[in-house]
Amino acid sequence: MTSLADTGLQVAKRRARLDGWTVAALLVAALAMLPVAVVAASIFVPSGDAWSHLAGTVLVDYVVNTLWLVAGVAALTFIVGVSTAWLVTMCAFPGRRILEWALVLPLAMPAYAVAYTYAEVLDYSGSVQSWLRATFGWGRGDYWFPEVRSVPGAVLMLGLVLYPYVYMLARAAFLSQSVCLLEISRTLGSGPWHTFLRVGLPMARPAIVTGIVLALMETIGDYGVVQHFSVSTFSTGIFRTWYGLGNLTAATQLAALLLGVVFLLLAIERLGRGGAVYHHTTTRYRPLPAFVLRGARAWGAIAACVLPLLLGFLVPAGLLAAWAAQTAPRVVDDGFWRDALNSVTVAALAAVLAVAVALLLAFAARLRPGPVTTWATRLSTLGYAVPGAVVAVGVMIPFGWFDNAVDSWMRDHVGISTGLLLSGTLAAMLFCYVVRFLAISFNAVESGMSKITPNMDRAARALGAGPWAALRRIHAPLLRGSLLTAAVLVFVDTMKELPATLILRPFNFDTLAIRTYELASDERLADASTYALSIVLFGLLPVVLLSAAIARSRPGHS
Amino acid sequence: MRGVPLRRFAGFAVVASALIAAGPAAAQGPAPGEVNVYSARQEALIKPQLDAFAKATGIRVNLITAGEDAIIERMRAEARNSPADVLLTVDVARLIRATDAGLLKPIRSEELEKAIPSQYREKDGRWFALGLRARVFYYNPEKVNPAELSTYEALADPKWRGRVCMRSSSATYNQSLLASLIAHKGAVAAEAWARGIVANMARPPMGGDRDQISGVASGQCDIGVANTYYFVQMQNGTDAEKAAAGKVKPFFPAQPGGGAHVNVSGGGVATNAPNAANAQKLLEFLASPEAQKIYAEVVFEYPVRAGVAVAPQLQAIGTLNPDTLELSLLAAHQAETIRIFDRVGWK
Repeated sequence: MTSLADTGLQVAKRRARLDGWTVAALLVAALAMLPVAVVAASIFVPSGDAWSHLAGTVLVDYVVNTLWLVAGVAALTFIVGVSTAWLVTMCAFPGRRILEWALVLPLAMPAYAVAYTYAEVLDYSGSVQSWLRATFGWGRGDYWFPEVRSVPGAVLMLGLVLYPYVYMLARAAFLSQSVCLLEISRTLGSGPWHTFLRVGLPMARPAIVTGIVLALMETIGDYGVVQHFSVSTFSTGIFRTWYGLGNLTAATQLAALLLGVVFLLLAIERLGRGGAVYHHTTTRYRPLPAFVLRGARAWGAIAACVLPLLLGFLVPAGLLAAWAAQTAPRVVDDGFWRDALNSVTVAALAAVLAVAVALLLAFAARLRPGPVTTWATRLSTLGYAVPGAVVAVGVMIPFGWFDNAVDSWMRDHVGISTGLLLSGTLAAMLFCYVVRFLAISFNAVESGMSKITPNMDRAARALGAGPWAALRRIHAPLLRGSLLTAAVLVFVDTMKELPATLILRPFNFDTLAIRTYELASDERLADASTYALSIVLFGLLPVVLLSAAIARSRPGHS
Repeated sequence: MRGVPLRRFAGFAVVASALIAAGPAAAQGPAPGEVNVYSARQEALIKPQLDAFAKATGIRVNLITAGEDAIIERMRAEARNSPADVLLTVDVARLIRATDAGLLKPIRSEELEKAIPSQYREKDGRWFALGLRARVFYYNPEKVNPAELSTYEALADPKWRGRVCMRSSSATYNQSLLASLIAHKGAVAAEAWARGIVANMARPPMGGDRDQISGVASGQCDIGVANTYYFVQMQNGTDAEKAAAGKVKPFFPAQPGGGAHVNVSGGGVATNAPNAANAQKLLEFLASPEAQKIYAEVVFEYPVRAGVAVAPQLQAIGTLNPDTLELSLLAAHQAETIRIFDRVGWK
């Protein structure tokens, strides 16, 4: 990728290589990696004979199930995300305007809430199978019904709520594709399908891959769904080893192994992309002439877009609403509003912080490209694939150590006790959120940044703007859409976040997700539904705003 | 010129962290008249007792809840500066794990020793049980004659092949049940039992305790295993739960050397408790007749204190004849249980 470094305007290279931006990027990366490093360092600690036990019994299950889950979610999010994005962006059919933004809605659904509702309805003792038995007089073993609590079931649940990552990024990519390229493709005689497969899809590749990687990292880190479905994966294995065997070391070693797999995944993606460049060479944009679909084709397009929306959002939200209607009057009290305020506040703070850090990293990578900044950014986004509770442990241990070390030193030298400075504060929680969700904000910012051709930088610099002025006056305005996307994604994810919040929170601090979990784990799903639904509702507003903002951001649509 | 952007970022970071640090002031510096509770029990189940304590003593109660193991890990990381005064948790294995990690300190309290039978507390006063729950059978009366039912061991008999609903072995309740079998009969017999149960399962282990009862009610299996309070909660729950509970009957099985397997919820005083005196007061209050009555009525647990009435709804499902095993003995077998479960393929 070309950039400032080779433009001849090498003002930046005046000083030594370790200048402010590089140091800042390294510092951020070191902080963000701290919890992950604490986890990875466990590899060097002996964990007794836990490994020979795991290897001899359940490890194969963990590996196989995790691989199936990853492969399934990758395929599902790719097919659903890309096809819907292309249809609503490039084709004209009834309902397109609504579907454009509605297809993002499943993002607001916590995966565990979707899993709870489907399991409740589709289980043997659920309403669907009970109705079938009552209607047809069937008994046990008289009929076949797909088992929802299974690996395919988990793939479906995760795929349904995670495809919007692929959809949003692919759609943003399709929208920003220069119309010239597509027109050339069509004047050369390509039909809609051919244009999609040969031009649209390859040009959108980085965005699509980023979307799938995000979905997969969340899949690997997921605990709620696989635990509820009793599917043994790495993630459930980590907790079983920690809680059941009482061996935190072996558990973090499992997590470290998982990290290795994620790292491999990222490396393969980088390798596959190779040296290809995806900047747009022209800035000529006009509204895209849509492929007009009629008759059966229009119906087909509608069905393809409505189905994921129905299964990923309307059905589970409808079920939650039906249950919430019975319990809401009892559940909604002062505590409910306090929890909601807590949720929104920490989610907003986490969003601002995660975007600021992502922006810092992206700027550093832009101004000082090279292996140092590349690796710093890669490594600092690993936290997303680690189960939240494991990241939380990685935060808790060094923070606790730091607090106690400072306290000891102060007691010895100054004679006062400083107590716990960081542990059990909102700061520790927010730090954990940033570590966990930096991958989301960074990818969104970076994908926006990569579309700004270096020619812009060169032109700005040639006209006398310094690097900071160029960033402020050229990049920042062009990035506004990406920054908004990043903030909304982190906001929604923080609203849904559970395990890290649970462990790290201060006294008397509850959120909607915590209450949902507490009620659900007490097997009071009807009461939990009001809280789960409110997570969806509070997360919905920014998601809808985001969708509208993306539609507006299309160059040529002013 | 180039220094400016970084300084701006730094300025932002300082302001942001100052804002953040100002937030949790309430968590810091316990004033006299406070007690800080780390609870693995959910808020809804413990709040009524804590509110009653605050009302009776004027001591302010600060609470965080989290998972059983996570909360122990947090106390460990916070070490000597931990604000925790009292740890409340469920399952005797957790109480013992906290004890082994040095997180609980011995206390002498005549009040607690008088109220709580010795098999339900640690001998040096590091932890005390505050409520009891039994893990019992639920059967479909159309398919099962209660005369066929006896002990946990008998459930591994081949005549139950394909008829048993069991929860995952990740559930601590099943781990402690297996640990009690190891304590009674040894690890070899316990492993044979677990293998027999796996062979008898009607479906792979899934869901929570209530799902085992629903499994029996819907005809997926003929017999299921779940804790007592879940059944009573279902009887007092939604219409669907009431209907399911109405279709099954509870049966209190015996252990080889005694009655039904019981587990506990309980607590202890933190080693580094800043308000140790208040912490002890809280534990004594939780064992008092007043608080024990709340335990019984809110959570449908069996009171640990003799002389406090069992909730009528719980009494109605049968009389508990608890296993007399000293619970602290279970801890030694905890890690072994997971190994056995993994070996026999009990998911």
